[in-house]
Amino acid sequence: MRNAAIVFKKQLKDTLKNKTVLIQFLMFPAMTLIMENCINVPDMPELFFTKLFAVMYMGMAPLTSVASIISEEKEKNTLRVLMMANVKPREYLIGVGLYVWVLCMAGAGVMATGIPQDHIPFFLTVMAIGFTVSIVMGACIGVFSPNQMVATSLFMPVMMVFSFAPMLALFNDKIEKVAGVFYTQQLRILLNQMTFDGITAKTVTVLAVNAALALVLFFAAFRKKGLE
Amino acid sequence: MISAKGICKSFGDRKVLSGIDLDIGEGKIFGLLGPSGAGKTTLIKLITGQLGFDSGKIEVFGKDVSDLTGTDKKQIGIMMDDHGVYDRLSCADNLKIFADIYGVPHKKIGEALSKVGLGDSAKKPAMKLSKGMMARLRLARVLMVSPKLLFLDEPTSGLDPMTMKYIHKLIVDQKNNGCTVFLTTHNMEEATALCDEVALLNEGKIVERGAPDQICRRYNHQKTIRLHLKSGEDIEISHSSDSARDLEKLMEQGQIETIHSSEPTLETVFIELTGRRFDSDEEARYA
Repeated sequence: MRNAAIVFKKQLKDTLKNKTVLIQFLMFPAMTLIMENCINVPDMPELFFTKLFAVMYMGMAPLTSVASIISEEKEKNTLRVLMMANVKPREYLIGVGLYVWVLCMAGAGVMATGIPQDHIPFFLTVMAIGFTVSIVMGACIGVFSPNQMVATSLFMPVMMVFSFAPMLALFNDKIEKVAGVFYTQQLRILLNQMTFDGITAKTVTVLAVNAALALVLFFAAFRKKGLE
Repeated sequence: MISAKGICKSFGDRKVLSGIDLDIGEGKIFGLLGPSGAGKTTLIKLITGQLGFDSGKIEVFGKDVSDLTGTDKKQIGIMMDDHGVYDRLSCADNLKIFADIYGVPHKKIGEALSKVGLGDSAKKPAMKLSKGMMARLRLARVLMVSPKLLFLDEPTSGLDPMTMKYIHKLIVDQKNNGCTVFLTTHNMEEATALCDEVALLNEGKIVERGAPDQICRRYNHQKTIRLHLKSGEDIEISHSSDSARDLEKLMEQGQIETIHSSEPTLETVFIELTGRRFDSDEEARYA
Protein backbone atom coordinates (compact mmCIF):
# COMPACT_ATOMS: atom_id res chain seq x y z
CA MET A 1 0.00 0.00 0.00
CA ARG A 2 3.08 2.23 0.02
CA ASN A 3 2.52 2.95 -3.66
CA ALA A 4 -1.12 3.92 -3.01
CA ALA A 5 0.15 6.50 -0.52
CA ILE A 6 2.63 7.78 -3.13
CA VAL A 7 -0.19 8.14 -5.69
CA PHE A 8 -2.28 9.93 -3.02
CA LYS A 9 0.56 12.38 -2.34
CA LYS A 10 1.15 12.94 -6.05
CA GLN A 11 -2.54 13.77 -6.58
CA LEU A 12 -2.57 16.13 -3.65
CA LYS A 13 0.38 18.05 -5.09
CA ASP A 14 -1.10 18.01 -8.58
CA THR A 15 -4.52 19.27 -7.44
CA LEU A 16 -3.08 22.53 -6.15
CA LYS A 17 -1.95 23.21 -9.72
CA ASN A 18 -4.94 21.73 -11.51
CA LYS A 19 -7.68 24.35 -11.44
CA THR A 20 -10.18 22.19 -13.35
CA VAL A 21 -10.18 19.49 -10.68
CA LEU A 22 -9.68 21.91 -7.78
CA ILE A 23 -12.78 23.91 -8.67
CA GLN A 24 -14.93 20.78 -8.51
CA PHE A 25 -13.93 20.22 -4.89
CA LEU A 26 -14.40 23.84 -3.87
CA MET A 27 -17.43 24.97 -5.87
CA PHE A 28 -20.29 23.33 -3.94
CA PRO A 29 -18.93 23.85 -0.41
CA ALA A 30 -18.29 27.52 -1.26
CA MET A 31 -21.74 27.91 -2.85
CA THR A 32 -23.37 26.28 0.17
CA LEU A 33 -21.71 28.69 2.59
CA ILE A 34 -22.56 31.70 0.45
CA MET A 35 -26.19 30.75 -0.26
CA GLU A 36 -26.99 29.63 3.29
CA ASN A 37 -25.62 32.86 4.69
CA CYS A 38 -26.89 35.28 2.07
CA ILE A 39 -30.34 34.03 1.05
CA ASN A 40 -33.16 33.91 3.52
CA VAL A 41 -36.58 33.32 1.91
CA PRO A 42 -39.65 33.00 4.19
CA ASP A 43 -40.98 29.41 4.43
CA MET A 44 -37.83 28.01 2.84
CA PRO A 45 -37.07 24.55 4.33
CA GLU A 46 -34.29 24.44 6.86
CA LEU A 47 -30.81 23.88 5.37
CA PHE A 48 -32.35 23.91 1.89
CA PHE A 49 -29.16 24.86 0.05
CA THR A 50 -26.96 22.57 2.14
CA LYS A 51 -29.10 19.54 1.28
CA LEU A 52 -29.54 20.55 -2.36
CA PHE A 53 -25.86 21.20 -3.00
CA ALA A 54 -24.79 18.19 -0.94
CA VAL A 55 -26.62 15.86 -3.35
CA MET A 56 -25.23 17.68 -6.39
CA TYR A 57 -21.76 17.57 -4.85
CA MET A 58 -21.83 13.83 -4.25
CA GLY A 59 -23.17 13.13 -7.75
CA MET A 60 -20.77 15.43 -9.54
CA ALA A 61 -17.36 16.06 -7.94
CA PRO A 62 -16.11 12.52 -7.24
CA LEU A 63 -17.43 11.11 -10.49
CA THR A 64 -15.95 13.77 -12.76
CA SER A 65 -12.65 14.12 -10.93
CA VAL A 66 -11.87 10.38 -10.78
CA ALA A 67 -12.77 9.95 -14.46
CA SER A 68 -10.70 13.02 -15.42
CA ILE A 69 -7.65 11.97 -13.42
CA ILE A 70 -7.55 8.40 -14.78
CA SER A 71 -8.27 9.38 -18.38
CA GLU A 72 -5.67 12.17 -18.30
CA GLU A 73 -3.02 9.74 -17.05
CA LYS A 74 -3.95 7.32 -19.82
CA GLU A 75 -3.88 10.03 -22.47
CA LYS A 76 -0.47 11.33 -21.39
CA ASN A 77 0.95 7.84 -20.86
CA THR A 78 1.99 8.62 -17.30
CA LEU A 79 -0.15 5.75 -16.08
CA ARG A 80 1.88 3.32 -18.18
CA VAL A 81 5.07 4.67 -16.59
CA LEU A 82 3.60 4.05 -13.14
CA MET A 83 2.59 0.51 -14.11
CA MET A 84 6.08 -0.18 -15.42
CA ALA A 85 7.49 1.08 -12.13
CA ASN A 86 5.61 -1.85 -10.65
CA VAL A 87 2.70 0.15 -9.24
CA LYS A 88 -0.19 -2.31 -9.24
CA PRO A 89 -3.51 -1.20 -10.76
CA ARG A 90 -5.27 -1.70 -7.42
CA GLU A 91 -2.67 0.49 -5.67
CA TYR A 92 -3.15 3.23 -8.24
CA LEU A 93 -6.95 3.07 -8.07
CA ILE A 94 -6.96 3.01 -4.27
CA GLY A 95 -4.59 6.01 -4.21
CA VAL A 96 -6.73 8.05 -6.59
CA GLY A 97 -10.05 6.92 -5.08
CA LEU A 98 -8.94 7.63 -1.52
CA TYR A 99 -7.57 11.02 -2.48
CA VAL A 100 -10.86 12.07 -4.11
CA TRP A 101 -12.85 10.66 -1.20
CA VAL A 102 -10.77 12.52 1.41
CA LEU A 103 -10.98 15.82 -0.47
CA CYS A 104 -14.72 15.43 -0.98
CA MET A 105 -15.17 14.59 2.70
CA ALA A 106 -13.23 17.74 3.57
CA GLY A 107 -15.65 19.66 1.33
CA ALA A 108 -18.57 17.94 3.06
CA GLY A 109 -17.04 18.97 6.38
CA VAL A 110 -17.15 22.59 5.22
CA MET A 111 -20.77 22.17 4.12
CA ALA A 112 -21.62 20.70 7.51
CA THR A 113 -20.56 23.84 9.36
CA GLY A 114 -24.12 25.19 9.16
CA ILE A 115 -25.73 21.95 10.37
CA PRO A 116 -26.67 21.39 14.06
CA GLN A 117 -23.85 19.45 15.71
CA ASP A 118 -25.89 16.34 16.54
CA HIS A 119 -26.78 15.92 12.83
CA ILE A 120 -23.23 16.18 11.55
CA PRO A 121 -22.28 12.46 11.92
CA PHE A 122 -25.43 11.50 10.00
CA PHE A 123 -24.76 14.07 7.29
CA LEU A 124 -21.15 12.96 6.86
CA THR A 125 -22.13 9.26 6.76
CA VAL A 126 -24.64 9.90 3.98
CA MET A 127 -22.08 11.96 2.08
CA ALA A 128 -19.42 9.26 2.54
CA ILE A 129 -21.75 6.64 1.02
CA GLY A 130 -22.63 8.89 -1.91
CA PHE A 131 -18.99 9.77 -2.59
CA THR A 132 -17.98 6.10 -2.54
CA VAL A 133 -20.59 5.06 -5.12
CA SER A 134 -19.74 8.05 -7.33
CA ILE A 135 -16.01 7.30 -7.13
CA VAL A 136 -16.59 3.74 -8.39
CA MET A 137 -18.72 5.12 -11.24
CA GLY A 138 -16.03 7.68 -12.09
CA ALA A 139 -13.36 4.95 -12.03
CA CYS A 140 -15.52 2.89 -14.35
CA ILE A 141 -15.66 5.77 -16.89
CA GLY A 142 -11.96 6.59 -16.42
CA VAL A 143 -10.89 2.98 -17.00
CA PHE A 144 -13.10 2.67 -20.06
CA SER A 145 -11.97 5.95 -21.67
CA PRO A 146 -8.72 6.10 -23.65
CA ASN A 147 -8.49 9.89 -23.24
CA GLN A 148 -10.05 12.91 -21.55
CA MET A 149 -12.31 13.77 -24.47
CA VAL A 150 -14.03 10.39 -24.37
CA ALA A 151 -14.21 10.56 -20.57
CA THR A 152 -15.90 13.97 -20.69
CA SER A 153 -18.46 12.85 -23.24
CA LEU A 154 -19.25 9.84 -21.05
CA PHE A 155 -19.32 11.40 -17.60
CA MET A 156 -21.30 14.51 -18.58
CA PRO A 157 -24.65 12.72 -19.13
CA VAL A 158 -24.07 10.33 -16.21
CA MET A 159 -23.18 13.18 -13.88
CA MET A 160 -26.17 15.25 -15.08
CA VAL A 161 -28.55 12.40 -14.35
CA PHE A 162 -27.21 11.62 -10.88
CA SER A 163 -26.70 15.17 -9.68
CA PHE A 164 -29.62 17.00 -11.27
CA ALA A 165 -32.38 14.37 -11.15
CA PRO A 166 -32.87 14.78 -7.35
CA MET A 167 -33.20 18.56 -7.80
CA LEU A 168 -35.65 18.25 -10.69
CA ALA A 169 -37.60 15.69 -8.64
CA LEU A 170 -38.52 18.54 -6.30
CA PHE A 171 -40.63 20.09 -9.05
CA ASN A 172 -42.05 17.13 -10.96
CA ASP A 173 -43.73 13.97 -9.68
CA LYS A 174 -42.88 11.85 -12.72
CA ILE A 175 -39.21 12.75 -12.46
CA GLU A 176 -39.38 12.00 -8.76
CA LYS A 177 -40.65 8.48 -9.51
CA VAL A 178 -37.90 7.83 -12.05
CA ALA A 179 -35.21 9.43 -9.89
CA GLY A 180 -36.19 7.06 -7.09
CA VAL A 181 -33.99 4.37 -8.62
CA PHE A 182 -30.87 6.55 -8.33
CA TYR A 183 -28.68 6.46 -5.22
CA THR A 184 -28.45 10.26 -5.18
CA GLN A 185 -32.24 10.59 -4.90
CA GLN A 186 -32.38 8.07 -2.04
CA LEU A 187 -29.59 9.93 -0.25
CA ARG A 188 -31.45 13.21 -0.79
CA ILE A 189 -34.53 11.70 0.86
CA LEU A 190 -32.34 10.61 3.77
CA LEU A 191 -30.76 14.05 4.05
CA ASN A 192 -34.22 15.62 4.17
CA GLN A 193 -35.04 13.51 7.21
CA MET A 194 -31.61 13.99 8.83
CA THR A 195 -31.95 10.79 10.83
CA PHE A 196 -30.93 7.15 10.50
CA ASP A 197 -34.55 6.27 11.32
CA GLY A 198 -35.50 7.40 7.81
CA ILE A 199 -33.69 4.41 6.25
CA THR A 200 -36.20 2.08 4.58
CA ALA A 201 -35.88 -1.24 2.76
CA LYS A 202 -36.22 0.69 -0.51
CA THR A 203 -33.34 2.99 0.43
CA VAL A 204 -31.06 0.05 1.22
CA THR A 205 -32.11 -1.85 -1.90
CA VAL A 206 -31.58 1.09 -4.27
CA LEU A 207 -28.21 1.93 -2.71
CA ALA A 208 -27.10 -1.72 -2.86
CA VAL A 209 -28.24 -2.17 -6.46
CA ASN A 210 -26.57 1.11 -7.56
CA ALA A 211 -23.33 0.20 -5.80
CA ALA A 212 -23.39 -3.36 -7.18
CA LEU A 213 -24.07 -2.09 -10.68
CA ALA A 214 -21.21 0.40 -10.43
CA LEU A 215 -18.87 -2.37 -9.26
CA VAL A 216 -19.95 -4.79 -12.00
CA LEU A 217 -19.48 -2.09 -14.67
CA PHE A 218 -16.12 -1.17 -13.17
CA PHE A 219 -14.82 -4.74 -13.24
CA ALA A 220 -16.19 -5.24 -16.76
CA ALA A 221 -14.41 -2.06 -17.95
CA PHE A 222 -11.22 -3.05 -16.12
CA ARG A 223 -11.29 -6.53 -17.59
CA LYS A 224 -11.78 -5.19 -21.07
CA LYS A 225 -9.40 -2.23 -20.98
CA GLY A 226 -7.17 -2.65 -17.92
CA LEU A 227 -5.23 0.48 -17.13
CA GLU A 228 -3.56 0.74 -20.56
CA MET B 1 21.39 -10.30 -19.68
CA ILE B 2 18.70 -10.71 -22.36
CA SER B 3 18.06 -13.85 -24.33
CA ALA B 4 15.23 -14.38 -26.80
CA LYS B 5 14.57 -17.45 -28.91
CA GLY B 6 12.09 -17.74 -31.77
CA ILE B 7 9.85 -14.85 -30.69
CA CYS B 8 6.72 -14.41 -32.76
CA LYS B 9 4.03 -11.81 -32.23
CA SER B 10 0.93 -10.98 -34.25
CA PHE B 11 -1.77 -8.36 -33.84
CA GLY B 12 -4.83 -9.99 -35.37
CA ASP B 13 -3.82 -11.22 -38.82
CA ARG B 14 -0.79 -8.96 -38.99
CA LYS B 15 2.47 -10.66 -38.09
CA VAL B 16 4.63 -8.05 -36.37
CA LEU B 17 7.60 -10.14 -35.25
CA SER B 18 8.71 -13.45 -36.64
CA GLY B 19 11.39 -15.79 -35.25
CA ILE B 20 13.39 -13.19 -33.34
CA ASP B 21 16.55 -14.49 -31.64
CA LEU B 22 18.63 -12.24 -29.39
CA ASP B 23 21.50 -12.72 -27.02
CA ILE B 24 22.68 -9.53 -25.34
CA GLY B 25 25.59 -9.64 -22.94
CA GLU B 26 26.04 -7.62 -19.77
CA GLY B 27 27.48 -4.12 -20.01
CA LYS B 28 26.94 -3.81 -23.77
CA ILE B 29 25.03 -1.29 -25.84
CA PHE B 30 22.80 -3.19 -28.21
CA GLY B 31 21.11 -1.33 -31.04
CA LEU B 32 17.98 -2.49 -32.76
CA LEU B 33 17.77 -0.67 -36.07
CA GLY B 34 14.97 -0.53 -38.51
CA PRO B 35 12.47 1.77 -40.18
CA SER B 36 9.33 2.93 -38.41
CA GLY B 37 6.86 0.09 -38.11
CA ALA B 38 9.53 -2.61 -38.25
CA GLY B 39 8.54 -3.90 -34.80
CA LYS B 40 11.23 -2.28 -32.61
CA THR B 41 8.92 -0.88 -29.94
CA THR B 42 6.86 -4.07 -29.91
CA LEU B 43 10.01 -6.08 -29.21
CA ILE B 44 10.86 -3.81 -26.25
CA LYS B 45 7.35 -4.29 -24.92
CA LEU B 46 7.71 -8.06 -25.18
CA ILE B 47 11.10 -8.11 -23.46
CA THR B 48 9.87 -5.87 -20.65
CA GLY B 49 6.74 -7.93 -20.15
CA GLN B 50 4.33 -5.17 -21.22
CA LEU B 51 2.95 -7.41 -23.96
CA GLY B 52 2.55 -11.14 -24.27
CA PHE B 53 3.99 -13.01 -27.24
CA ASP B 54 2.57 -15.84 -29.36
CA SER B 55 5.52 -18.22 -29.27
CA GLY B 56 9.17 -18.40 -28.25
CA LYS B 57 11.03 -17.75 -25.03
CA ILE B 58 12.42 -14.57 -23.49
CA GLU B 59 14.79 -14.50 -20.53
CA VAL B 60 15.90 -11.38 -18.70
CA PHE B 61 18.44 -11.59 -15.85
CA GLY B 62 18.42 -15.36 -16.50
CA LYS B 63 14.70 -15.63 -15.66
CA ASP B 64 11.68 -16.18 -17.84
CA VAL B 65 10.20 -12.73 -18.47
CA SER B 66 6.88 -13.80 -16.92
CA ASP B 67 8.73 -14.74 -13.69
CA LEU B 68 10.32 -11.34 -13.15
CA THR B 69 9.60 -10.09 -9.64
CA GLY B 70 8.94 -6.53 -8.55
CA THR B 71 12.58 -6.30 -7.42
CA ASP B 72 13.78 -7.46 -10.86
CA LYS B 73 11.57 -4.92 -12.59
CA LYS B 74 12.98 -2.16 -10.42
CA GLN B 75 16.38 -2.86 -11.97
CA ILE B 76 15.01 -2.14 -15.43
CA GLY B 77 14.77 1.42 -16.71
CA ILE B 78 12.53 2.09 -19.68
CA MET B 79 12.41 5.32 -21.62
CA MET B 80 9.86 5.19 -24.41
CA ASP B 81 9.27 8.03 -26.82
CA ASP B 82 5.61 8.33 -25.84
CA HIS B 83 6.07 8.11 -22.07
CA GLY B 84 4.70 11.22 -20.49
CA VAL B 85 5.65 13.30 -17.50
CA TYR B 86 3.38 15.11 -15.06
CA ASP B 87 3.05 18.46 -16.85
CA ARG B 88 1.89 20.53 -13.91
CA LEU B 89 4.50 19.22 -11.49
CA SER B 90 8.05 20.52 -11.36
CA CYS B 91 10.98 18.46 -12.67
CA ALA B 92 12.02 17.64 -9.11
CA ASP B 93 8.47 16.60 -8.12
CA ASN B 94 8.23 14.40 -11.20
CA LEU B 95 11.35 12.53 -10.11
CA LYS B 96 10.27 12.50 -6.46
CA ILE B 97 7.27 10.31 -7.30
CA PHE B 98 9.54 7.67 -8.82
CA ALA B 99 12.21 8.09 -6.16
CA ASP B 100 9.53 7.19 -3.60
CA ILE B 101 8.29 4.23 -5.66
CA TYR B 102 11.80 2.84 -6.19
CA GLY B 103 12.95 3.70 -2.67
CA VAL B 104 15.69 5.99 -3.98
CA PRO B 105 17.02 8.63 -1.52
CA HIS B 106 15.78 12.13 -2.39
CA LYS B 107 19.32 13.49 -2.67
CA LYS B 108 19.62 11.50 -5.90
CA ILE B 109 16.91 13.65 -7.51
CA GLY B 110 19.19 16.68 -7.68
CA GLU B 111 22.07 14.50 -8.84
CA ALA B 112 19.99 12.98 -11.65
CA LEU B 113 18.75 16.39 -12.79
CA SER B 114 22.27 17.81 -12.77
CA LYS B 115 23.52 14.79 -14.69
CA VAL B 116 21.12 15.55 -17.55
CA GLY B 117 21.75 19.29 -17.37
CA LEU B 118 18.45 20.20 -15.72
CA GLY B 119 19.91 21.17 -12.34
CA ASP B 120 18.76 24.78 -12.75
CA SER B 121 15.28 23.76 -13.87
CA ALA B 122 14.44 21.59 -10.84
CA LYS B 123 11.55 23.83 -9.81
CA LYS B 124 10.32 24.52 -13.33
CA PRO B 125 6.96 22.91 -14.22
CA ALA B 126 7.47 20.16 -16.80
CA MET B 127 4.98 21.83 -19.17
CA LYS B 128 7.41 24.74 -19.57
CA LEU B 129 10.29 22.56 -20.78
CA SER B 130 11.40 22.39 -24.40
CA LYS B 131 11.23 19.07 -26.27
CA GLY B 132 14.91 18.40 -25.67
CA MET B 133 14.64 19.23 -21.97
CA MET B 134 11.58 16.98 -21.70
CA ALA B 135 13.58 14.11 -23.21
CA ARG B 136 16.34 14.75 -20.70
CA LEU B 137 13.82 14.78 -17.86
CA ARG B 138 12.52 11.39 -19.00
CA LEU B 139 16.08 10.15 -19.15
CA ALA B 140 16.78 11.51 -15.65
CA ARG B 141 13.74 9.58 -14.42
CA VAL B 142 15.24 6.27 -15.55
CA LEU B 143 18.86 7.09 -14.71
CA MET B 144 17.96 8.13 -11.15
CA VAL B 145 17.16 4.53 -10.23
CA SER B 146 20.58 3.31 -11.50
CA PRO B 147 19.12 0.49 -13.61
CA LYS B 148 21.11 -2.59 -14.55
CA LEU B 149 19.23 -2.82 -17.80
CA LEU B 150 18.15 0.25 -19.72
CA PHE B 151 15.71 0.31 -22.64
CA LEU B 152 15.78 3.45 -24.74
CA ASP B 153 13.21 3.68 -27.50
CA GLU B 154 14.37 6.26 -30.05
CA PRO B 155 15.85 8.45 -27.30
CA THR B 156 17.03 11.20 -29.63
CA SER B 157 14.21 11.20 -32.15
CA GLY B 158 13.43 14.76 -33.24
CA LEU B 159 16.04 16.36 -30.98
CA ASP B 160 18.57 19.02 -31.91
CA PRO B 161 22.20 17.90 -32.48
CA MET B 162 23.43 19.39 -29.18
CA THR B 163 20.84 17.55 -27.07
CA MET B 164 21.46 14.41 -29.12
CA LYS B 165 25.19 14.57 -28.39
CA TYR B 166 24.48 15.16 -24.70
CA ILE B 167 22.20 12.14 -24.53
CA HIS B 168 24.79 10.00 -26.35
CA LYS B 169 27.32 10.91 -23.68
CA LEU B 170 24.90 9.91 -20.93
CA ILE B 171 24.26 6.57 -22.62
CA VAL B 172 27.97 5.83 -22.87
CA ASP B 173 28.38 6.83 -19.20
CA GLN B 174 25.72 4.26 -18.30
CA LYS B 175 27.58 1.57 -20.21
CA ASN B 176 30.82 2.51 -18.47
CA ASN B 177 29.01 2.06 -15.15
CA GLY B 178 28.15 -1.53 -16.11
CA CYS B 179 24.61 -0.95 -17.33
CA THR B 180 23.35 -2.93 -20.32
CA VAL B 181 21.62 -0.67 -22.83
CA PHE B 182 19.03 -1.80 -25.36
CA LEU B 183 18.58 1.01 -27.84
CA THR B 184 16.19 1.29 -30.75
CA THR B 185 16.79 3.86 -33.42
CA HIS B 186 16.49 4.52 -37.10
CA ASN B 187 19.50 6.82 -36.96
CA MET B 188 22.38 4.70 -38.24
CA GLU B 189 25.01 7.25 -37.28
CA GLU B 190 23.80 7.04 -33.70
CA ALA B 191 23.96 3.26 -33.82
CA THR B 192 27.44 3.23 -35.34
CA ALA B 193 28.73 5.67 -32.75
CA LEU B 194 27.18 4.04 -29.68
CA CYS B 195 26.51 0.35 -30.18
CA ASP B 196 28.74 -2.64 -29.54
CA GLU B 197 26.32 -4.77 -31.47
CA VAL B 198 23.38 -4.03 -33.71
CA ALA B 199 20.58 -6.01 -35.31
CA LEU B 200 18.81 -4.78 -38.42
CA LEU B 201 15.09 -5.38 -38.19
CA ASN B 202 12.86 -5.34 -41.23
CA GLU B 203 9.19 -6.32 -41.35
CA GLY B 204 9.48 -8.23 -38.09
CA LYS B 205 12.61 -10.20 -38.98
CA ILE B 206 16.24 -9.67 -38.09
CA VAL B 207 18.02 -9.50 -41.43
CA GLU B 208 21.57 -8.92 -40.15
CA ARG B 209 23.43 -8.62 -36.86
CA GLY B 210 26.91 -8.00 -35.49
CA ALA B 211 29.27 -5.17 -34.55
CA PRO B 212 28.56 -2.13 -36.78
CA ASP B 213 32.07 -2.06 -38.32
CA GLN B 214 32.02 -5.83 -38.91
CA ILE B 215 28.69 -5.59 -40.73
CA CYS B 216 29.97 -2.74 -42.86
CA ARG B 217 33.16 -4.66 -43.73
CA ARG B 218 31.14 -7.77 -44.53
CA TYR B 219 29.18 -5.88 -47.19
CA ASN B 220 32.15 -4.06 -48.66
CA HIS B 221 31.81 -5.66 -52.11
CA GLN B 222 33.28 -2.79 -54.09
CA LYS B 223 36.58 -2.58 -52.21
CA THR B 224 37.51 0.69 -53.87
CA ILE B 225 39.05 3.96 -52.78
CA ARG B 226 37.49 7.25 -53.84
CA LEU B 227 39.75 10.23 -54.36
CA HIS B 228 38.91 13.85 -54.88
CA LEU B 229 41.80 15.63 -56.53
CA LYS B 230 42.81 19.25 -56.17
CA SER B 231 41.98 19.65 -59.85
CA GLY B 232 38.33 18.92 -58.95
CA GLU B 233 38.39 15.50 -60.57
CA ASP B 234 36.89 12.49 -58.73
CA ILE B 235 38.52 9.12 -59.32
CA GLU B 236 37.93 5.63 -57.96
CA ILE B 237 40.71 3.07 -57.64
CA SER B 238 40.53 -0.57 -56.59
CA HIS B 239 42.24 -2.26 -53.61
CA SER B 240 45.21 -3.73 -55.53
CA SER B 241 48.98 -3.47 -55.63
CA ASP B 242 48.75 -1.58 -58.92
CA SER B 243 46.49 0.99 -57.36
CA ALA B 244 48.87 1.36 -54.43
CA ARG B 245 51.53 2.60 -56.78
CA ASP B 246 49.07 5.07 -58.41
CA LEU B 247 47.99 6.27 -55.02
CA GLU B 248 51.55 6.75 -53.84
CA LYS B 249 52.31 8.75 -56.98
CA LEU B 250 49.29 11.03 -56.49
CA MET B 251 50.25 11.59 -52.86
CA GLU B 252 53.82 12.42 -53.74
CA GLN B 253 52.57 14.95 -56.28
CA GLY B 254 50.29 16.44 -53.61
CA GLN B 255 47.25 16.12 -55.88
CA ILE B 256 44.87 14.55 -53.40
CA GLU B 257 42.26 16.76 -51.70
CA THR B 258 40.23 14.00 -49.94
CA ILE B 259 40.43 10.21 -49.75
CA HIS B 260 37.66 7.79 -48.77
CA SER B 261 37.39 4.02 -48.65
CA SER B 262 34.20 2.45 -49.98
CA GLU B 263 32.92 0.57 -46.90
CA PRO B 264 29.15 0.80 -46.82
CA THR B 265 27.27 2.40 -43.94
CA LEU B 266 24.65 0.50 -41.93
CA GLU B 267 22.03 2.25 -44.00
CA THR B 268 23.47 1.09 -47.33
CA VAL B 269 23.73 -2.44 -45.92
CA PHE B 270 20.09 -2.22 -44.92
CA ILE B 271 19.12 -0.98 -48.39
CA GLU B 272 21.10 -3.81 -49.96
CA LEU B 273 19.34 -6.37 -47.78
CA THR B 274 15.80 -5.04 -47.90
CA GLY B 275 15.56 -2.59 -50.76
CA ARG B 276 14.23 0.10 -48.45
CA ARG B 277 15.67 2.99 -46.45
CA PHE B 278 15.51 3.34 -42.63
CA ASP B 279 13.52 6.52 -42.92
CA SER B 280 11.41 5.49 -45.94
CA ASP B 281 8.24 5.21 -43.85
CA GLU B 282 8.88 8.55 -42.22
CA GLU B 283 9.30 10.17 -45.63
CA ALA B 284 6.13 8.54 -46.93
CA ARG B 285 4.26 9.76 -43.88
CA TYR B 286 5.30 13.37 -44.35
CA ALA B 287 5.14 13.37 -48.16
